Amino acid sequence: MSSDELIWRIAGGSGDGIDSTSQNFAKALMRSGLDVFTHRHYPSRIRGGHTYVEIRAADREVQSRGDGYNFLLSLGDSFARNPQEEAYYGNEEIKPLSENLDDLREGGIIVYDEGLISDEDVEEIDLEARAEENDWHVFPMDLRGLAREHGREVMRNTAGVGVTAALLDMDLEHIEDLMSDAMGGDVLESNLEILHEAYETTREEYEFEHDLRAPEGTHDTEQALLSGSNAIAYGAIDAGCRFISGYPMTPWTDVFTILSQNFPDMGGISEQVEDEIAAAALAVGASHAGVKAMSGSSGGGFALMSEPLGLAEMTETPVVLIEAMRAGPSTGMPTKPEQADLEHVLYTSQGDSQRVVFAPGNIEEAYEQTRLAFDIAWDYQIPAIIIYDQKLSGENTNVDVEFFDRDVSPDLGSTLTEDELREAAHDNSGKFKRFNYADAENGVAPRSIPGQKGGRYLATGNEHSPVGHISEDPDNRVAQMDRRLEKLESIREELDEERESTQTYFGDETAEYGIITWGSSQGAVEEAVSRLNENGHSVKGLSVSDMMPFPEAEVTEFLESVDEALVVEMNATAQFRGLLQKELGRFGEKLTSLLKYNGNPFEPAEIVEGYEVNLADEDREPTAQVRIEPAAGD
Amino acid sequence: MSAFNAIGEDREIDRDEFTPGVEPQPTWCPGCGDFGVLKSLKQALPEVGKTPEEVLTVTGIGCSGKLNSYLDTYGFHTIHGRSLPVARAAKLANTDLEVIAAGGDGDGYGIGGNHFVHTARENHDMTYIVFNNEIFGLTKGQTSPTSPKGHKSKTQPSGSAKTPIRPLSQSLTSGASYIARTAAVNPNQAKEIIAEAIEHDGFAHVDFLTQCPTWNKDARQYVPYIDVQESDDYDFDVTDRQEAAEMMHETEDVLNEGTVLTGRYYVDEDRPSYQEEKAAVGELPDQPLAERYFDEDAEWERSYDLLERHT
Repeated sequence: MSSDELIWRIAGGSGDGIDSTSQNFAKALMRSGLDVFTHRHYPSRIRGGHTYVEIRAADREVQSRGDGYNFLLSLGDSFARNPQEEAYYGNEEIKPLSENLDDLREGGIIVYDEGLISDEDVEEIDLEARAEENDWHVFPMDLRGLAREHGREVMRNTAGVGVTAALLDMDLEHIEDLMSDAMGGDVLESNLEILHEAYETTREEYEFEHDLRAPEGTHDTEQALLSGSNAIAYGAIDAGCRFISGYPMTPWTDVFTILSQNFPDMGGISEQVEDEIAAAALAVGASHAGVKAMSGSSGGGFALMSEPLGLAEMTETPVVLIEAMRAGPSTGMPTKPEQADLEHVLYTSQGDSQRVVFAPGNIEEAYEQTRLAFDIAWDYQIPAIIIYDQKLSGENTNVDVEFFDRDVSPDLGSTLTEDELREAAHDNSGKFKRFNYADAENGVAPRSIPGQKGGRYLATGNEHSPVGHISEDPDNRVAQMDRRLEKLESIREELDEERESTQTYFGDETAEYGIITWGSSQGAVEEAVSRLNENGHSVKGLSVSDMMPFPEAEVTEFLESVDEALVVEMNATAQFRGLLQKELGRFGEKLTSLLKYNGNPFEPAEIVEGYEVNLADEDREPTAQVRIEPAAGD
Repeated sequence: MSAFNAIGEDREIDRDEFTPGVEPQPTWCPGCGDFGVLKSLKQALPEVGKTPEEVLTVTGIGCSGKLNSYLDTYGFHTIHGRSLPVARAAKLANTDLEVIAAGGDGDGYGIGGNHFVHTARENHDMTYIVFNNEIFGLTKGQTSPTSPKGHKSKTQPSGSAKTPIRPLSQSLTSGASYIARTAAVNPNQAKEIIAEAIEHDGFAHVDFLTQCPTWNKDARQYVPYIDVQESDDYDFDVTDRQEAAEMMHETEDVLNEGTVLTGRYYVDEDRPSYQEEKAAVGELPDQPLAERYFDEDAEWERSYDLLERHT
């Protein structure tokens, strides 16, 4: 007997090993043949504070977190601050139990560490009464004691996994294998002992009255468990990027870390520098000198990159920047996702924007679009930006290993060799006409690299003549500006005609209602659309990745085909809908927004409900913490 | 085979090669000290055997930022205060390039101060010339980080309440391994110092006094200048950090009283450059990274080979 899906939540304090334990458990579920999807929730603290990771596992594709969850392993917060009377933060020790109860589904399982969480505290939160009301099955276990007895106290998460496996009737094989890969010696021995002891004790001590069991499944091909940050980093590696410069900031740090760890072995260069202005300026300098370079940050750090970004636009220096959004404004909520930097990324820096922006919707897209960003940037000599968020950055899902079996593309695009430079146009003094609008194809004027014979020119952030001299001549200005902007039109043409669309469609093609979203909200919308169709509604979905240049034709076709559309995004001011209305104003009256900005990503049920209340006009108020922004004129 | 054949070319080099054939008229005012920097570079570069196309001159914003408009090398005229991070990366990307960064005192010691401190700290192998005219020239004469206390300008109508920055002392504290001050009024010394700075392995910082006759002082106010190496009144060891620090401090103090001291202040030939340090920890490839992109036989590692840790 197996269940349709398991959504296992492990909760504890920061420092309790939630991340590594969940990573291994997710892998074990993947190895058992299931598709998995993880969601990480954590505070901006090194130690303590309520944190959890949720793993959704099923014998089918899972692209989103689920609605609520059905198994809680609560370790308690072993780094909790000592609660003063009426402390602002309350009793933190029990939060990994108490804060998670609202989302636990009926019939769900609770395992908590009674070695850390006291009986009095449990009584205070009325667990017994709530369990009865919701038909929860509660298993208090002395995980701490068990760990202490066979090893060290920090190993109580292993005890928790053992209890989990017993209750779900899971084979321990994959879990043991993963432990053996990760550790050795006494540590491994103790952990294995704890795992088995917890497993046996659970089976001996309790009679199982719960229905939930681990789902069963199989994979035809080998799977790899990766996060969005992995995918972006690997996309960069396969695009031939070998230079990264940065400054730490959550959540962009993940990509920076992955590449810093891998580049030295690949002959690449990673530079951690004094600030984000320098970080972006270094990427521009490295690219100018002939390497494929990138930088990135999150909102606040990206703000500092505005000027180097504009410099890259004006000097036509190819560069890839990535922006990992988190809840703002200012420092905002550093570890919580939001999609509120869209306008920032599209328009920051003075002058007319001349950049490319992609917003991948899932892990495969993060890889593909990072590669695409490098291709476009180097072919067209333009900055390209990947905008994603804390959600996509940290979520893990399984991907077919063969997906990554590709060649590297280190090609520098429209860069000339010395042989080609000999044939290129020069002025009377032998200076290379690097910004030559006369012969530019698609707006692109090929470039040289310092050190090449016959290629010297001046790159400047000032408006400039074909050889790069500062120029304020009106005719030259218009010619250069038009040439640079022509590149965006050519890129749009290439994306429309020569490449596979980066937009994702789902649902019933003939449907009269649509849901539009962008970036990492894609998975939740996809699931909501399929659920609505199952519930008898006729709905289709579109997730847009090309933010600039905007995919006008594709979105027009979609909006023309529906009577109304719900625009789903994680921000408070409907920024993507604003972009839709800027690009396609005539559809304004069809667009209603569903907004969420409480620091948690959408659950599919919230979108289903948003649709039913707003588009299907069901007579009830939405219960979730989301906001509706009615269509223009409503 | 290199993709960059201008680098290391062994031939006679004429200083006129550094003058653009289609020369834009300099926007510098008559009598401007900036001409002195341009001239010293045109003299020094052929002397140290550098051709125009193996040199990348990276500048900031201001009158000084126009340097590479009039010096015919590869050039990158960047944004205000950011010449150093751009220059640094170009050198890391292609360690065979000769990289020279330049900017004004507002550019380097004000808005770009953070980059100055860190580039010196890391001891990147490059030359950094600061056109120090003790004023913001291009924006019409505002008080700058090196303007003396009491300096009156349109934005400091009652006279500046701030003591000026100490560029030489700051450079030393930060970690630069070659530090000198020269002046446009002393072309021979300027040329020699620029040549030494280019040849130095590590971060060579030259504080270059460039009079601004329009908004500040004319050339006469930097005369007489004293070369601290040649004058009998000064005796210190340029390789001794303590002695260098004292000499710098005095030099910075007396400039505002009208005594112009110039010369080499600190030379540390032993400190490895950042490029050497980074290579030593295995984080800088032996072959310049830029070469690899032109090498058709280069092997490129794939992400596919990293997947084992994810299965």
